[in-house]
Amino acid sequence: MKEEEVNFGKSDKFNLTMIPGKFARFLRTCVIWQFIRFLVINVKMIIVVGKSH
Amino acid sequence: MARLIVMGGGVAGHTTATFAKKWLGSEHEVVVVTPNANWNWIPSNIWVGVGQMKKEDVVFPLAPVYEKAGIDYRQAKAVSIHPEGKEGSDKQFITIEYTGQGKEGQTEELEYDYLVNATGPKLNFDATPGLGDGNGQIGPYTVSVCTADHAVHANSELRRIFEKAKTEKLKILVGTGHGMCTCQGAAFEYIFNIEHEAKKAGVRDNLEIKWISNEAFLGDFGMGGLHMKVGGYVVSSKLFAESLYAERGVDWILGAHVNKVEEGKVHYEQLDGTMGEEEFDFAMLIPPFAGVGLKAYAKDGSDITDTIFAPNGFMKVDADYTPKPYEEWKASDWPRKYQNPTYSNMFAAGIAFAPPHIISKPAKSPNGTPINPTPPRTGMPSGIIGKAVAESVCSLIKDGDNGHIHEISMAEMGAACVASAGKGVFDGTAAAMTVYPVVPDFEKYPGTGRDTDYTFGEIGLAGHWIKHILHYLFIYKAKLKPGWTLIPE
Repeated sequence: MKEEEVNFGKSDKFNLTMIPGKFARFLRTCVIWQFIRFLVINVKMIIVVGKSH
Repeated sequence: MARLIVMGGGVAGHTTATFAKKWLGSEHEVVVVTPNANWNWIPSNIWVGVGQMKKEDVVFPLAPVYEKAGIDYRQAKAVSIHPEGKEGSDKQFITIEYTGQGKEGQTEELEYDYLVNATGPKLNFDATPGLGDGNGQIGPYTVSVCTADHAVHANSELRRIFEKAKTEKLKILVGTGHGMCTCQGAAFEYIFNIEHEAKKAGVRDNLEIKWISNEAFLGDFGMGGLHMKVGGYVVSSKLFAESLYAERGVDWILGAHVNKVEEGKVHYEQLDGTMGEEEFDFAMLIPPFAGVGLKAYAKDGSDITDTIFAPNGFMKVDADYTPKPYEEWKASDWPRKYQNPTYSNMFAAGIAFAPPHIISKPAKSPNGTPINPTPPRTGMPSGIIGKAVAESVCSLIKDGDNGHIHEISMAEMGAACVASAGKGVFDGTAAAMTVYPVVPDFEKYPGTGRDTDYTFGEIGLAGHWIKHILHYLFIYKAKLKPGWTLIPE
């Protein structure tokens, strides 16, 4: 069984959710991708902070 | 020379006092009254609670910072406000009781021209039998991460549990300890940091980790949840929160009012009226917040606490407190000036101001027990409000009646929030989120109540990096190091 499918069977609540697959989980800690996301998130946050002051 | 007294030295109070002193200079006096000797960057307490930071990493002494800034620092708790003075004197004053500086237990009257209440919350552990010790402190059965000392204790208990879990199966319970709690975000961070550390310690398989919360749905966070654009869809935070809990194998109990805590067991009532029990070997339950219990007296000595404070102990400001049903709530109910309607030289900032109502949809069990999160007013909103209040007070001091009252509503400001889900330079993750505005405005944004162009969230290592950088950035700012005013709240 694929790793992401294990928890679906653990409870009815878990079974009705979405669980990220291998590639989505890899991207979460992929340094190159996360560095890009770091820049993107910072820009988005700066815009929101700017709109709030 | 005018004197501004700021009661409280947390995010809101510290921001108000330091900006006010910078703008007022030596011509006017700024006094901070806080019972604490240290400033605490509270968002990092969760890392102290899992042993990834030390107490010294999240606190620093206030006295040298205020001395450098020229702020009169009184390590004392405010006891009462006398906004009309007393017999024989029209000068407004507060009474304080020292908790440090070698004057412990001594009381003093401090006169003021302007007063800012930024006292933050009282951690009301005793609202739930067994959660407190009956004397206002945390009880013996659970732990907390609300203060740095609490977090140190939480970590020592957690390490003991991890050691035991090497040979036996144990249960961890994290969430809210009452039906009217706020700060679900801190508990959210703590439960996933525990899960992350349990994996690293090799004991995850022997730990059942469970969430218990007063939220009606996962991802409510006291803000009624949020909607964001992801993959071409506009989706509720509920989907993402449930996904994370399922992925990490964390079960949940929702709509729960914990009404009693015993050794190794909580009793709770749920929104459908059913009563339940949950056993635990380790539990971190956030207490409900209340005002710190300040009293207020008129010139003749009569008690006017009810005039200045709402029943929950938070200070009344320019909000619309008229009771009305959820369907009639409006963004305009929320305060803009944070000015007390009875005494115009008195303001409240951060958690200390009384919100007009909650943000999440109100809910009661069939037994009449209210079970819903109360509104969050911490972090970025606290800092922004603190700075706005400082601007207002400075303008009033400098320009008198022509002074400009700075206006900012939580229904017009956004907030950036980074919720850690595990610490590590290369294996850490955090949910980075922004909401705009904090309080939904369904007239301006029909449907979700918020601008989905500026409301987003995603989980990953980048979020962890941001949270870790913010830790150092905000402590740097709070220490008033060079360029501190350039760092936004």
